[in-house]
Amino acid sequence: MPSLGADMEAGTIAQWLIKPGDEVHRGGIVAVVETEKSTIEVEIFESGIVDELLVHEGESVPVGAVLAHVTSRTAEAATATASLSPPTGPFPPPPPPVAHENPVAVPTRVAPPIPAARSTVPAPVVSPVVRRLAERSGVDLATLSGSGLGGTVTRSDVERAAQPTGDEGARPEWAPGRVGPRSSPFARKLATELGVDLSTLQGSGPHGSVIERDVRLAAEVTPAETPPATVASEDRPAAMRRAIGALMARSKREIPHYYLSTTIDLTAPTAWLEQANLERPITGRLIMSVLLLKATALAVKAVPEMNGFMVDGAFAPSEAVHVGVAVSLRTGGVIAPAVHNVEHLALDDLMAGLKDLVGRARTGVLRSSEMSDPTITVTNLGDLGVEAVFGVIYPPQVALVGFGRVMERAWAQDGMLGVHPCVTATLSADHRVSDGHRGGRFLAEIDRLLQEPEKL
Amino acid sequence: MTNDEARQLIRSVLHQVAPEVDLDDVVAGETLQEALDLDSMDFLNFAVGLHEATGLEIPERDYPRLSTVEGCVTYLTSAG
Repeated sequence: MPSLGADMEAGTIAQWLIKPGDEVHRGGIVAVVETEKSTIEVEIFESGIVDELLVHEGESVPVGAVLAHVTSRTAEAATATASLSPPTGPFPPPPPPVAHENPVAVPTRVAPPIPAARSTVPAPVVSPVVRRLAERSGVDLATLSGSGLGGTVTRSDVERAAQPTGDEGARPEWAPGRVGPRSSPFARKLATELGVDLSTLQGSGPHGSVIERDVRLAAEVTPAETPPATVASEDRPAAMRRAIGALMARSKREIPHYYLSTTIDLTAPTAWLEQANLERPITGRLIMSVLLLKATALAVKAVPEMNGFMVDGAFAPSEAVHVGVAVSLRTGGVIAPAVHNVEHLALDDLMAGLKDLVGRARTGVLRSSEMSDPTITVTNLGDLGVEAVFGVIYPPQVALVGFGRVMERAWAQDGMLGVHPCVTATLSADHRVSDGHRGGRFLAEIDRLLQEPEKL
Repeated sequence: MTNDEARQLIRSVLHQVAPEVDLDDVVAGETLQEALDLDSMDFLNFAVGLHEATGLEIPERDYPRLSTVEGCVTYLTSAG
């Protein structure tokens, strides 16, 4: 059981997507795991043949437990652990965050492994939802090249493949190419929970879309045969509050935080964004958060001691910049999954990745690598009102950048007073790794990068 | 598009963007962003939802007109 975030102690196997005898490829999704905070698709970091599954669906096991045995093809005798282990060998997964409070003995290894570039993954990365869609529509996944982040095969890839050519007229007008009846994310989620097959339903919502009521009615008529997939969802808010509390207490106990704050003039990026969005269709528009994320990821190059992990009391900088994005859940709680390799992403790709990630964090399913490997976190809490946010660092990371609300302020420049859009950027950083001087340099670098938005 | 159709459309698009929120919680005149906790990503998704349903391009400069339920209804009905 991989550690899907430093605050995770145990996980429940909600669904296996592999069985003994199956061939698996590094980066492929092998299981769906429920944690206190989320539903996560677990990727495997070995290629080979599945020998046996050691944990049943519905069973909860502590972080570090072996889930399955996989025989690698190159070294037949070697038995690898089907978990978030790097491909170099059967390393044990990271221990739970508060190892001394956990009765399960697991070897100490704190650093969440950084997955290799996802573009090298041989088999397409596919979520269970997309896999089922492909099966239903008779699409061979192996023939598809994914258009999603890191080559992930997305729902629309499958839909495009399933679409007979020249059948444009059949596409519903606001859910392009969706197979089966249209439905809201909530209805889909509910359908999964209640074991209702959406494709069998007649929608009573607008344009015949399936809404909550349809799903509930169907669930009453045909009692679900399969157990609910979201086993942990009942008491999730309370469990999530506990998990956040434990992690933040650990952070404040172990990490000597220091805090810095600076106000950044956003006149240039605001003007650039307006112009850029004029040229884009509404579906491709960018938001300021994307520029802030990219600038943060690039600023790390100048001050690398903001990006990485504390491992056994020493700082291990990370080459790649996987930015954890704090997403507040409307049902309560916050989760900070990563957008990978932000420093290399074009703004449009970053926007698409962010949109996808936030959407899945709120309604759907996250992937194990997204949960386990952010190297720095950004919180954009201010989007909803406050001027500045001073965050608590997510262990084992060493820095967290907060952006407040973009607001117009009186701004003196060149002896003139003007009204400029501004944002307050803050940094919470780990004093064991850096000092305020370097932290200040980091915020100044973010500012400098934002003044040249066309280069982001 | 009639007033009722516009209202129904707003409701269903909001439901897609933020399934947890209820349009009935919005008091007349209150902005959607504040009443429903919509951040800039949510609001963009809301505009995209309206665009996909109606075909309207909805330029960014029109966003302020979409900030209340009443504003959205006026915007949608006057656009045809």
